[in-house]
Amino acid sequence: MIYARRAWAVVWKDLLVERRSKETLNALAFFSLLLLFVFQFALGPDRERLAGVLPGLLWLGFVLAGLLGLGRTFVAERENDCWEGLLLAPGDKSAIYVGKLAGNLLLMLAVEAMLLVLFAVFFNLDLAGVLPALGLVVVLGTLGLAAVGTLFAAMTANLRARELLFPVLLLPVQVPVLLATVKATEAVLAGEPLGAVAHWLQLLAAADVVYVTAGLLTFDFVLEG
Amino acid sequence: MMRALGWLAALGLAAGLVMGFGVAPRELTQGNVQRIMYVHVPSVWVAYLAFAVAFVASIAYLGRRAAPADRLAHAAAEVGTLFLGITIATGSIWGKPTWGTWWTWDARLTSVSVVFVMYVGYLLLRGMVDDPERGARFAAVLGIIAALNIPLVHFSVYWWRTLHQPPSLMKPGGATMPPVILAALLVNFAALALVGAYFVARRARLLRREAELLA
Repeated sequence: MIYARRAWAVVWKDLLVERRSKETLNALAFFSLLLLFVFQFALGPDRERLAGVLPGLLWLGFVLAGLLGLGRTFVAERENDCWEGLLLAPGDKSAIYVGKLAGNLLLMLAVEAMLLVLFAVFFNLDLAGVLPALGLVVVLGTLGLAAVGTLFAAMTANLRARELLFPVLLLPVQVPVLLATVKATEAVLAGEPLGAVAHWLQLLAAADVVYVTAGLLTFDFVLEG
Repeated sequence: MMRALGWLAALGLAAGLVMGFGVAPRELTQGNVQRIMYVHVPSVWVAYLAFAVAFVASIAYLGRRAAPADRLAHAAAEVGTLFLGITIATGSIWGKPTWGTWWTWDARLTSVSVVFVMYVGYLLLRGMVDDPERGARFAAVLGIIAALNIPLVHFSVYWWRTLHQPPSLMKPGGATMPPVILAALLVNFAALALVGAYFVARRARLLRREAELLA
């Protein structure tokens, strides 16, 4: 109970800062719009070709937004010299990880919802029918991405080449999540039932469990700074 | 002790060469190109063995905070990456005459290359942290995540696509290759495992001396 309250304190603090500054969300919303332009320019107006690569594009957008958003997880603590504050927090440090992960999950899901709407508008998609299935894939994939991203963000926060190292470490580890989400999204957008991609969903669930567990167990060692 | 291991490894390599080029027969369909297998397959085994050592050493470091465990993890990850690189390079050389291409995104090529870049990232992290104690901690965390990720990478890439020869030795029903070829393969595996162990021992000692020098 007290564990949950500690995690919630971190979420609440980050949400409050974000609500007042709107720094990350605003920039990421604009970045998502720019991504749509870039995708459109890169692929041209041909709808047929676009439909084939759409699941990949969608997740490319999510991952690029994730690299920017997740990489900033501990920026406030670093720049305002509040790292010691985290260190001095009483009790199990993994509660901080849970809080940061929950905050990142909320942030990522908000950005992804935005990107989905933009995709639907710009590429004239009808997502209404597949939304529940797509939502499940997106939540499972985002949890995996955020679980490792939060851990690695803490790891790279105090390093010289953090902007460089964070994506370089995160991307190879995320290959299973990316393959699974792209394949599952492909099937869902093609109107197939979720049962057809059950093995991918199981893999995503397994990845989420492994990543979150590893994050909980090792966060303490990363936080020491 | 280390010198003896080195000589043993050299001896093993010589025996492996004799087995691979002399004793083992020329394969009928692929010709001499097939002999690359005697380096290719043992290398990947040694690489995964080294990653397993790095995984255990990483856990040990986080548990005990003992510098030798960290140096072992570092050395093993480096040697594992090297042997995985050898696997990819020899596979590529074999693939050109056999499949007609240096590279294809087949399941096992892809999964091995993903594991390879994961550990290159690990070594990059090692190089970019100035404080040795902090570097050891971060690397241990990454070493654990990377090792846990290997099965996930394997399954996801396998389902993604597959075209490679099915594994020739480690499959249900036992090995189907002639005993001579199997013997040549196992001798080479023993030789490369000795070479790997020797490299790890040398590298760990070098790391210890570097640390002593800086202390």
